[in-house]
Amino acid sequence: MQFWIIQTLNSLAMGGLLFLLSAGFSLIFGLMRIPNLAHGGLFMLGAYVGATLLGQSLPFWLAAIVAGALVGALGVILEGTLLRRMAGNEQGQVLITLGISFIIADLCLLSWGGDPVPLAAPRGLRPPVFLAGFAFPGYRLAVLGFALAAALGLWMLLERTRLGAMIRAGVDDREMARSVGIRVSRLFSAVFFLGAFLAGLGGVIGGPILSAYPGLDADMLPLALVVVILGGVGSLPGALVGSFLVGIIYNFGTALFPDFAYVILFLPMVVMLVVKPTGLFGRAMR
Amino acid sequence: MTRFASMRGWALTLIALAMLPFILPSDYYLGIATHALVIAVLALSLDILIGQGGMSSLGHAAYLGVSAYAVAWTTRNAGWPAYAAIPFALALGTLTACVFGVLALRARGLGFLMITLALGQVMWGAAYRWVDLTGGDNGIRMQARPVLLGFDLNNATNFYIIVCAVLLTTLIAIYKLDHSALGACLRGTRDQPRRMRMLGHDVWKIRFVGFVSAGFWGAVAGVLYAYDYLYVGPSALSLPQSAEALLMVVLGGAGTLAGPVAGAIVITVIKTVVSSYVDRWYTLLGLTFIIVVSVMPKGLVPGIRSWMKGNRA
Amino acid sequence: MFQLSRRGILKTGLGASALTLTGIPARAADPLRIGFLTVKTGPLAAGGIQMEQGMLAWLKLNKNKIGGRDVELMVADTNGVPATTRTKTQELVERQGANLLIGPLAAFEALAVADYTEAHKMPTLGLAAFDEGTQKGAQKYFARPTSSAGQASHVLAAYCYTELKMRRMAVIADDFAYGHQQTSAFLRVFEDMGGKIVQKILPPLNAPDYGTYISQIKTNLDGIFMGFAGSNGFRFTKAFFEYGLGGKIQLVGGLTAMDEAILQQTGEDAVGIISGNFYTPSLENPENKAFVAQMNADYKADPGYYACGPAIVAAVLDAAITKLGGKVDDPDLLISTIRSNTVPNTIRGPVKFDAYGQAIGNIYVRKVTRAGGKNTNTVIKTYENVSQFWTYDPAEFLKNPTYSRDWPVAKNLEN
Repeated sequence: MQFWIIQTLNSLAMGGLLFLLSAGFSLIFGLMRIPNLAHGGLFMLGAYVGATLLGQSLPFWLAAIVAGALVGALGVILEGTLLRRMAGNEQGQVLITLGISFIIADLCLLSWGGDPVPLAAPRGLRPPVFLAGFAFPGYRLAVLGFALAAALGLWMLLERTRLGAMIRAGVDDREMARSVGIRVSRLFSAVFFLGAFLAGLGGVIGGPILSAYPGLDADMLPLALVVVILGGVGSLPGALVGSFLVGIIYNFGTALFPDFAYVILFLPMVVMLVVKPTGLFGRAMR
Repeated sequence: MTRFASMRGWALTLIALAMLPFILPSDYYLGIATHALVIAVLALSLDILIGQGGMSSLGHAAYLGVSAYAVAWTTRNAGWPAYAAIPFALALGTLTACVFGVLALRARGLGFLMITLALGQVMWGAAYRWVDLTGGDNGIRMQARPVLLGFDLNNATNFYIIVCAVLLTTLIAIYKLDHSALGACLRGTRDQPRRMRMLGHDVWKIRFVGFVSAGFWGAVAGVLYAYDYLYVGPSALSLPQSAEALLMVVLGGAGTLAGPVAGAIVITVIKTVVSSYVDRWYTLLGLTFIIVVSVMPKGLVPGIRSWMKGNRA
Repeated sequence: MFQLSRRGILKTGLGASALTLTGIPARAADPLRIGFLTVKTGPLAAGGIQMEQGMLAWLKLNKNKIGGRDVELMVADTNGVPATTRTKTQELVERQGANLLIGPLAAFEALAVADYTEAHKMPTLGLAAFDEGTQKGAQKYFARPTSSAGQASHVLAAYCYTELKMRRMAVIADDFAYGHQQTSAFLRVFEDMGGKIVQKILPPLNAPDYGTYISQIKTNLDGIFMGFAGSNGFRFTKAFFEYGLGGKIQLVGGLTAMDEAILQQTGEDAVGIISGNFYTPSLENPENKAFVAQMNADYKADPGYYACGPAIVAAVLDAAITKLGGKVDDPDLLISTIRSNTVPNTIRGPVKFDAYGQAIGNIYVRKVTRAGGKNTNTVIKTYENVSQFWTYDPAEFLKNPTYSRDWPVAKNLEN
């Protein structure tokens, strides 16, 4: 019984972390049709910048927001200078974002060295929480709560604000949006900022669990891809459900079928793509 | 560019390639040229998918890996001679492509990219984890290259010549494919799938045949890879290897014969030669992608061609 | 028919390096050309950069001389990819005319170049801990002054059984050859002495999180052996404490589980963790004190597993090349001199070699202590002259399979 409870909690906590990782990826992927392969790099950069800010004794949540904003700003610059000219050119976007991820990885190695850089969780959230006789890390529960709050906030932003309405309009029909006076380019900058901001923020919030180390980007990017494929491209509920699904598959899968640990996430991805290529919540991809 | 000029370009390139062993100062440089041309075969095979079929794959190293493992395993553990190991490897690589094709061709565009990535990762995971068969991360070593038809391939020049010959065969085969009915159909399914369907073509079957032929030539690259490095490990079918092949195609220019070869040469030179002089060559590699795509969105070869045309005018 | 004389014409242009290749003895004024295979880009770069730092620090301390000859260090970045390692090795040997090689970092890289270096009779001083290099199919032109994968695990298992009186243990390690070999060596000695390994957990090398694995660990254990590499020991230990297990079960680590590279980051959680290694920066010998001071001055870091290796290799080379009067042209003579020497004063202590090219030397059992906000791997017991075969007879030992995921079979697993 204890096994099922604790692995369920593990799955949910990991799902929360994965949502923070993949929400921004899904947003950019779904709304702008850019497969941003630099997303893992942006996540890692967020973690490193967060660690440095924490070293300057900034409070944790402030460090997370500042790091997110800095990474978001970088995202806007990259979108405006490099990616906008590639609109519609999938291969070009893949190549450019992959190039960016190479550069981010190499410059992080240069700036922060190769040793892992730890990020301390906020003091109050460090001690384990005792539930029915066993311990569970308090911070992981906090991450779960934060992820749910972020999901709610994003949903409000997209569904209940003018900006959200414009984003949805711009995505559904670019020409139509332009004709009613929406400046699509500015809108796409906003989307990219939001996506990159979420990546950087996720890097800091995931930091106390993952820490920052070379290769974090390459470890995280496939996870974001799996989440988005399972949940469906460009769908916020899809990203949320996909995240928890991946959390469950990973935690129970590696525990019950340890021999498949290396492929545990990709087999379900193959199955989903074969059975329902649009993912659980996605609309048809062109 | 006229057909004649293009033929002349190819002839000059081939002569230059054939002269390399006599120009290069040591076997080391010949070795690098060999590595570049081996991986050029992989890039060319991937371009059948991208250039003709409009399908970008991120799992293409799987065929190279499966076939390289097959050569290494049968040679090392079963003692097979090369003339048995090679056809077996090609068959196994092609079979892998058949399975992948059945699964992947249900999707298009980004979905296709993702499913090939996932399939490639599954193969990588299997190579890493199935220690009894693959040696895990330690991989499989081979002692020596074979002697084929009296040709001792352990001699660097001999091996280089074989690689050149295979590359030439690949080029001719892909050229023929381009100009065959199948090639036309493949481009048709890329540009106007609905129309092709209405004309009575089985779009899925056309794509499948294209997909499997790409897999076959990928397996050819795998045989060369195994004999080139005499070592096969999981990195041979890893995501970075697949991504690199994709980069070579897009960098050089998809849908051209010279493009993937040029892309393979540029990336190999950065990885092996430039990296000896530039510490941050990884950044340089990233910059190269960005610059080439920004300045020449169609790739190096078409970019240079149109630039030369512009200059001439 | 393709053997034309292009080589003869052009190689003379390459100068001294070509001459040494063609057999004309090098003058003493020529530098000793050392090919150094390491990783400076990609996910394995952390260890590779420390390797280079260790080498540079040692050379700085020793006025850039090995065996009385100036050193020309040729550093090659393999990117941690075996195919690239092979190309870079060829470059060092064929283009740059290396007299000998040091490295590479990872076991699979070393295996990928083993046949090449043997065929070219290129003396190679190994750093990667893989049992193959010095056991079954031991390489002839190879010597490893550091340790095999299992060497320290044997010692640690004996220590856990005899000194800590542990009887029930779990092992957890990265699911790749280095992790397998460390845990299998531990398992063999521990169970041969009478202990039981009741649980074996092998997370993938790139596990995003250890929570799910920690939740599976049994609680009625005397200790847990960790066979982790890179930053995984640090990440596992941190999660172990987050799940409230810290201090409840003794953690015991292999060569790199509590490496200096991650020791400070682990903070107070590291205190009390026991590990086995052939080196530790707190050793009192003068060579080591000078080396640690140099590392601290130049890189603000204590040397760990990756940084110490090249310094040990350099001392071994220094002794052998001094004995040879600076001559390194004969690879057979060089490697046999290296292997037959006893070097009393490397930073890890005295080093001699067995018949397979593996160093016999001290293995230190260390415990993390903390003072003034700084963690130290403090030696609590020294086992002297430890062979890679431990107390087993080498011939008998080599009749068994090489340590792997499946050998020796864990007979006492409870599930």
